[in-house]
Amino acid sequence: MIKIVDYGMGNLRSVQKAFEKLGVEAGICSRPEQIERADKLVLPGVGAFRDAIAHLKQQELAQPVLQHIEADRPFLGICLGLQLLFDVSEEDGNWEGLGVTPGKVVRFEDRPGLKIPHMGWNSLERVGPHPLLEGIPDDAHFYFVHSYFVVPTDDSVVAARTEHGERFVSVISRGNLFATQFHPEKSQRVGLKLLQNFAEL
Amino acid sequence: MLAKRIIPCLDVHGGRVVKGVNFLNLQDAGDPVEVATRYEGEGADELVFLDITASHEEREIMLDVVRRTSETVFMPLTVGGGIRTLDDIRTLLKAGCDKVSINSAAVTNPEFIREAALRFGSQCIVVNIDPKRIAVKDERDFPDVADHLRVQPHPSPDAGGEPVYWDVHINGGRIPTGLDAVRWAREVERLGAGEIVLTSMDADGTKDGYDLEITRAVADAVTIPVVASGGAGGPEHLFEALTEGGASAALAASIFHYGTYTIDETKHFLAERGVPVRFNVTV
Repeated sequence: MIKIVDYGMGNLRSVQKAFEKLGVEAGICSRPEQIERADKLVLPGVGAFRDAIAHLKQQELAQPVLQHIEADRPFLGICLGLQLLFDVSEEDGNWEGLGVTPGKVVRFEDRPGLKIPHMGWNSLERVGPHPLLEGIPDDAHFYFVHSYFVVPTDDSVVAARTEHGERFVSVISRGNLFATQFHPEKSQRVGLKLLQNFAEL
Repeated sequence: MLAKRIIPCLDVHGGRVVKGVNFLNLQDAGDPVEVATRYEGEGADELVFLDITASHEEREIMLDVVRRTSETVFMPLTVGGGIRTLDDIRTLLKAGCDKVSINSAAVTNPEFIREAALRFGSQCIVVNIDPKRIAVKDERDFPDVADHLRVQPHPSPDAGGEPVYWDVHINGGRIPTGLDAVRWAREVERLGAGEIVLTSMDADGTKDGYDLEITRAVADAVTIPVVASGGAGGPEHLFEALTEGGASAALAASIFHYGTYTIDETKHFLAERGVPVRFNVTV
């Protein structure tokens, strides 16, 4: 069964509702032992990196999440759930992340006319075919809302990039580990299709 | 490339979508979930529900509308109208909306913006700014307004060159505040707002187009996205707001409600003129 990690950061129900719409059972879990029993794990989240990592640790969820990823069981990070996988974030200081993916999280550089947060619908430049994006047209748009983005040390994890003032990494993938900067649960049919692809892995 | 957003706004009263001019002669225009679904099919990028009653007992009905909508359509949903406390925001977000828009409470208690952004994140805090043009000679005195936020004269080519104040109004445009729209926009950004919806009280309801001067000035003054609102009568007005006005998104109500233009038609109009927009794709 798919489990959605509840660590007190944002709107988990919307992810759960999206799976419900697809007829896929997805439970919300907030205790370590619930995560240990998950076949597939979704780590959503909006808000501040610092608070998110603190909540994960306080609720003793960081360890089981790491174990799930290390065992290469299917994992989907969304938005902050992507950023948390990295070594360090520069959001309001320097905050250590889960360190699953080498690299850092940085802010969009201020440029004249560039709007931050990057808020709205944007498209992907795919590195190659990807199981999560199967059946989704190349020109499909997804819904983003963020001011920071990930910079992986190792380019081989990059599955797609997106342009907003500069090109940034918007999807990463390594084995059964997947994470998107955009919100599939807010991206209408194309987003639901991505979640369906994840459910069917 | 980031697409410019088209956002239909639905006035909700007693759990139903209503249409009317200046909140008078309200007519029933359907179930919010059905209307939301139709707009999704037409290619709406987001939805805004404006709770035009916002009385305590009606709040529960609105929460139910939000719950049902967020189970049916999967796009960002903003709710505005009478939001004054952190509890108001918490219950709305929990019901399934993604952003809340704060209007009068932002002016009467600016710290509320900061607290809300800290607690829930800037991404879900939208501040509505409703400016109205006031001739400098007609402006009242506002001794309590801080100097760095106070109205200042703006040149006004549209009005024949006489400088005017862009005075932020509250309570549906009835009460002036003495705040300058551009300065106030910078202030709400500093306090943590993630987006501004700018509704010109002069243009609202006219169908003569958005107030491009104020929209441009505010969009240039802040880094956060600005949504143009008030005055849309046709696709050309949305085009102007998204180009000349510098807005990231355009909000409209009546042109979509009355079926004058569909969102899809509007987007094609924009795309033909080089504005980046998103179209629904088949999956």
